[in-house]
Amino acid sequence: MKANIVEAIQDAMRVALARDKEVVVLGEDVGRNGGVFRATDGLQAEFGEDRVFDTPLAESSIVGVGVGLAAYGMHPICEIQFGGFLYITMNQIASQAARLRMRTGGQMRAGMVIRAPYGGNVRTPDLHSDSLEALLAHTPGVKVVMPSTPYNAKGLLLAAVDDPDPVVFLEPMRIYRGLRAEIPDGHYEVALGEARIAREGQDVTLVAYGAEVQTSLEAAEQLSAEGISCEVVDLQTVSPYDRETVLASVEKTGRAVVVHEAVRQAGMGAEIAAVIQEQAFYSLAAPVQRVTGWNTPFPFVQAEHLYVPGAAHIAQSVRRALQD
Amino acid sequence: MPESFLRPPKAEFPLVRLVGEDGTRLGHSPTEPDAETQTQLFRWMVFGRVFDQRMISLQRQGRIGTIGTIRGQEASAAGLALAMRRTDWLVGSYRELLAYVAHGVAIENVLNLYRGGVPGPFPEGVGAMPVQIVIGTQLPHAAGAALAAKLRGSDDVVVGCCGDGATSEGDFHEGLNFAGAHKVPAVFFVQNNGWAISVPRGRQTASETIAEKAWGYGMPGVLVDGNDALAVYAVAKEAIDRARAGEGPALIEALTYRVGPHTTSDDPRRYRSDDEVAQHEKDDPIVRLRLLMEKEGAYEEGMQERFEEEARAAMSLAIERAEAVANVTPETIFDLTWAAPTPSVLRDRQRTLEDLKEIGEVGKE
Repeated sequence: MKANIVEAIQDAMRVALARDKEVVVLGEDVGRNGGVFRATDGLQAEFGEDRVFDTPLAESSIVGVGVGLAAYGMHPICEIQFGGFLYITMNQIASQAARLRMRTGGQMRAGMVIRAPYGGNVRTPDLHSDSLEALLAHTPGVKVVMPSTPYNAKGLLLAAVDDPDPVVFLEPMRIYRGLRAEIPDGHYEVALGEARIAREGQDVTLVAYGAEVQTSLEAAEQLSAEGISCEVVDLQTVSPYDRETVLASVEKTGRAVVVHEAVRQAGMGAEIAAVIQEQAFYSLAAPVQRVTGWNTPFPFVQAEHLYVPGAAHIAQSVRRALQD
Repeated sequence: MPESFLRPPKAEFPLVRLVGEDGTRLGHSPTEPDAETQTQLFRWMVFGRVFDQRMISLQRQGRIGTIGTIRGQEASAAGLALAMRRTDWLVGSYRELLAYVAHGVAIENVLNLYRGGVPGPFPEGVGAMPVQIVIGTQLPHAAGAALAAKLRGSDDVVVGCCGDGATSEGDFHEGLNFAGAHKVPAVFFVQNNGWAISVPRGRQTASETIAEKAWGYGMPGVLVDGNDALAVYAVAKEAIDRARAGEGPALIEALTYRVGPHTTSDDPRRYRSDDEVAQHEKDDPIVRLRLLMEKEGAYEEGMQERFEEEARAAMSLAIERAEAVANVTPETIFDLTWAAPTPSVLRDRQRTLEDLKEIGEVGKE
């Protein structure tokens, strides 16, 4: 079937609900309204109010109730309406979902998926555009998955539903509908913890995830006209991430640029650059570059196009990496 | 025109009591404990007193870490636990340790936890989530587990417990609000022991009772004398039976008093007077139940001493078993973090172990 990212996500939930009766979908407006982005459109009508249901407008309990459901053996898919609202859920995610398995010596698990759209350049109000993956990547016990295409959105979400660990699934809001592609019908999984090479190249490695994969591909295309060959690594799973694929690519190209729209300081770029210098230092021909949001809160809408890395920002850093 | 449009926050929640402080019978209830259950209540309350003393002395000897005290709250814990079925879920905190053990969790589970280790699997068939340390966070879990029980067609009831301090947390509101809105088979049980470390109940909330907060969630509430084991059992049983019958959640406030410090690290003299404590100590729930049983001919000579002896023996055996095992290794920590580790996680684990080995911290003969 042909699908954009939000349709692929909806299809994944439909497949998950149909194949496993322990799967339930809960969140604000996910029922009759089908979610503010229509990700759950039609699911309540198809599977009933016991399987797909609205919760009170209270993010901490959407996740907290999910922990209780999971502890009792169900497999909840919780929707948080916008990624910025994950701040409110951090206690339930970090102090509860992430630690239930350890606390019970493995007797219980919080196998659950917490879905949230993230990211800027969509002219949303305050706190609707934040990219909070670094907070979550700093929380061992929770996996963080960020798809970039209709194909991996569906396959990763189905893998996340089957995973026994809690998974935060951050969906690239900006490209929800921008990208249409053929995806397989029915059930398939894209393995968690594995990166993919989105574009092969020789001169420099671009490491990205989520919506910035598409931006990195755009930059790579532009740079190829200048004779620069970029390899684009799409992490897919941001935590725990596939260091081996990143390192193998950097060992091949000798240069790396990490791209994300989250805040720069202590972001994934810092983590990835540190691992590259620890483990591939002697392959490096130039310092690792970072293309990121600023060390500021996500800005007012009038400045967001400057804050969120575009192809021009990425190309600038690639040229810097190639100067040395 | 009325003098004011505003309505006062007034609600009548009379204190439910079946037994007076001097052991006088004040009333009966269709859900009160039968004679055998009364004896079991007494037995578990005596156990709780011995448990508390023993845990504090283990902490003083450096054999366990900081522990919360439960002295004075035995009737609340035992009354609740005995009103539950073994498969019902107990979702509580460190102030409910007696309830956990009376519900069927092993003493060793608790000892392992306070020895700084993995609590170990709870005994088969006992419904319980782990002892919660983060205040109030367990209440949405209780709502969720209750929803799961309902969706799966089980008739288990989930009991979410917390203290008066936790009722100020957002998760108290969110958990009860969800439970009411989705009419799940849950009972919320608040042990109001008067103090959240040093902050008195009056500084937590302006509402006259905690029980009346139930109104805001569309569920029935009850204020019960938490030092009256019979009354606690009776109200808990009614609320649990009602939830099991599909009639939705309820909120119980058990009014009790924390006679001991918050934990072994706390010095309550900094914030409350010895007089206040002495006043409350006079109302010992164990004495109250014993006086009632004596008056009603249910107390057998030497019963308390026998139960104390039995409790000491059970504690000694559990301590001996728990201390024979050190169940945490670095591998444990990595392996319990992820159920499905990725290759990067396994490399991290290996590297950490190798580093520790190199400096002689693991793999020592």
